[in-house]
Amino acid sequence: MSSSDFTSGVIEMGHGSGGRSSARLIEQLFLRHFDNELLQAGNDFARFEVPAGRMVISTDSHVITPLFFPGGDIGSLSVHGTINDVAMSGAKPLYLSAGFILEEGFLLADLERIVISMAKASRDAGVPVVTGDTKVVERGKGDGVFINTTGIGIVPEGIDIAGDRARAGDAVILSGHIGDHGVAILSSREGLTFNTTIASDSAPLHTLIAGMVALCPEIRCLRDPTRGGLATTLNELARQSGVGISIDESAIPIRTEVKGACELLGLDPLYIANEGKLVAIVPADAAENIVAVMRRHPLGGDAAIIGNVVTDAHQIVVMETAFGGQRVVDWLAGEQLPRIC
Amino acid sequence: MKYVDEFRDGLTARLIAEQIRQEASGQREYRLMEFCGGHTHAIFRFGIHDLMPENLKFIHGPGCPVCVLPAGRIESMIRLVEQENLILCTYADLMRVPAGRSTHKGDSLQKARARGADIRMIYSATDALNIAQANPERQVIFFAIGFETTTPPTAAILKIAKAMELKNFSVYCNHVKTPPAMAHILASGEARIDGILGPSHVSTIIGSEAYAECCHTYHTPLVIAGFEPLDVLASTLMLVRQINEGRAEVENQYTRAVSKHGNEKACALITETLEQRALFEWRGLGELPDSAMQIRPEYAGFDAEKRFSIDHITADDIKGCICPAVLRGVSKPDACKLFGTACTPEDPKGACMVSSEGACAAYYSFGRFR
Amino acid sequence: MCLAVPALVVALTDDTATVDLDGIRKDVSTILLDEVQVGDYVLVHVGYALERINAAEAEKTLQLFAELRALDASE
Repeated sequence: MSSSDFTSGVIEMGHGSGGRSSARLIEQLFLRHFDNELLQAGNDFARFEVPAGRMVISTDSHVITPLFFPGGDIGSLSVHGTINDVAMSGAKPLYLSAGFILEEGFLLADLERIVISMAKASRDAGVPVVTGDTKVVERGKGDGVFINTTGIGIVPEGIDIAGDRARAGDAVILSGHIGDHGVAILSSREGLTFNTTIASDSAPLHTLIAGMVALCPEIRCLRDPTRGGLATTLNELARQSGVGISIDESAIPIRTEVKGACELLGLDPLYIANEGKLVAIVPADAAENIVAVMRRHPLGGDAAIIGNVVTDAHQIVVMETAFGGQRVVDWLAGEQLPRIC
Repeated sequence: MKYVDEFRDGLTARLIAEQIRQEASGQREYRLMEFCGGHTHAIFRFGIHDLMPENLKFIHGPGCPVCVLPAGRIESMIRLVEQENLILCTYADLMRVPAGRSTHKGDSLQKARARGADIRMIYSATDALNIAQANPERQVIFFAIGFETTTPPTAAILKIAKAMELKNFSVYCNHVKTPPAMAHILASGEARIDGILGPSHVSTIIGSEAYAECCHTYHTPLVIAGFEPLDVLASTLMLVRQINEGRAEVENQYTRAVSKHGNEKACALITETLEQRALFEWRGLGELPDSAMQIRPEYAGFDAEKRFSIDHITADDIKGCICPAVLRGVSKPDACKLFGTACTPEDPKGACMVSSEGACAAYYSFGRFR
Repeated sequence: MCLAVPALVVALTDDTATVDLDGIRKDVSTILLDEVQVGDYVLVHVGYALERINAAEAEKTLQLFAELRALDASE
């Protein structure tokens, strides 16, 4: 089989048609880099044994622009994002699928870069991509590439982690600095042009979570504050559980550069996306120990208790400000945009 | 952050607030208008109103250029962009503002973009110039809005555009002036204002002297307040003192950035490229004379209102929306029938709910459960 | 209205200054100011430097706050 031109070639309609060039692309790119037994079997499915117990499945589609940004790319993001969604149930992630929608004209060199990045992320996390799909759409009908990843995992016995389990008195833990991913993305976007050393925090959190759950199976809720940021996640949990949440601004870890970028653009860091952080709601008496365990993990070094759950019929999130007052941390309305006034 | 963090110290805030409580004791009410939307935002974000005594009220002013822009002006641009297939460059603040009467119910620049109009969000006026240079075969319009803080950048790019002899670039000028709006509000007496917290960054451009006439004519004290919460508190104390002493002067609390005559170079750039309009409609305030800017004849080649035939659209506010009364300081957001029900930040009916500086948005996000 | 933030000037070229806001670097236009120097703090609004921060005046304002705190501490 002749070789695809990964140096200067582009995606053509033929790559999605199922014929020779499709097969070539799959073999020389996807099979080559994702490389595991299940995938190499060459079927349209992956077949495997599962241990008895409860399974979880989660899916995420990735349409991010720009495709490449400091600290990651759409590929590694799609792997980490779905591993995290599965892991937020307390489950051990087992396998991933990856579906690609490619735009005609997309550079094969960029695709290769993305796939290599995904494969590395998948290998490093120990969660293989075992099945996938590729489609091509006409030029103008796709933003370069869209990726869907779906993941499955097994939930250990005795674990019941879900958004509606928070109770008054529980502690709220945050695993580290907020706003890194969003600021890294903004700095790479056309038109905003500021320079920063901030990189995306995109990372798989399943081993961090495994340690937390092993220590305290009674963890109530886990969620990663992605789009809409910490504020959105806390509001979601408050609503699902029918409680209020009170947080302390001075306890929230945030890098000075992220603060600076937010001041410059008039953005609120509470609403900025994170891709390697989690919020945990836990029984109050276990909180300190859980934070200690998290701090021993490379992705939880700055973990902190940032607040607690309260009884509140309005289900609002309130923040004690560093200034000494109180403010409501409301749901996000529309997209947060840089402002002049 | 230097020059920011030091002005956000909680202990100092409580001490200043305590002083305000002591000096504002007694029977009288202190009704203070913070003219600038940025101050409204700061007051809510930092909970400054919670630190004030019962008899001291903040009245929210019209200093939000998005809020006072008549919806019809946005509608005009939407129609123009769709007819002429040009590129419209706008600050992000305008994207979600409800436009006026329209074939598309509850239209906005954002919705028009979703329909295919080439509307681009920019952070700086210079971006609009860059877009024009990068797209020589398309006409590019810069939707210029803002009080005097934001006017100098527009003036600067007009000058540059002329020097470059750009053929495909024009400006739709909606810049407005602060002192005339202040005078109008004080003249009407509706809001019964005892003192004004003057805008921070408008003042860096126009200088503290610019408010003297207003202050004396209406015998109302004005303190130019810095942008941070300690600045707002310190300025509030200064106003309380002026009121107690029966004074009506312009005082400057923001001395680190505001001088008597302001930024004269910026003002000269404005005078070189722009001139006063005889009349301009302000949402909520009606038509005010000598209150807004238009492009000078020497720069007519870059005036979108001369290059294009732009429909003049008078748009009515949505029934029930009381943004005009809120802007004049006469009503509070929660007095509006639509507040929090039909009108929310997700689905705004008026500009005061869209703009992060708008009083309604501040009330909703920070204060609706109080 | 008018969000403007103080940032440190770290480099100058023609009509542009590179400013630093706690590690964030941005290029802004200095066309509205004369005699900007490296080491100045300027107010940045929509990509333009509007005015230099007067360090002496800033110090005076902060001094007032410090005196207030000192008074409180001594009571």
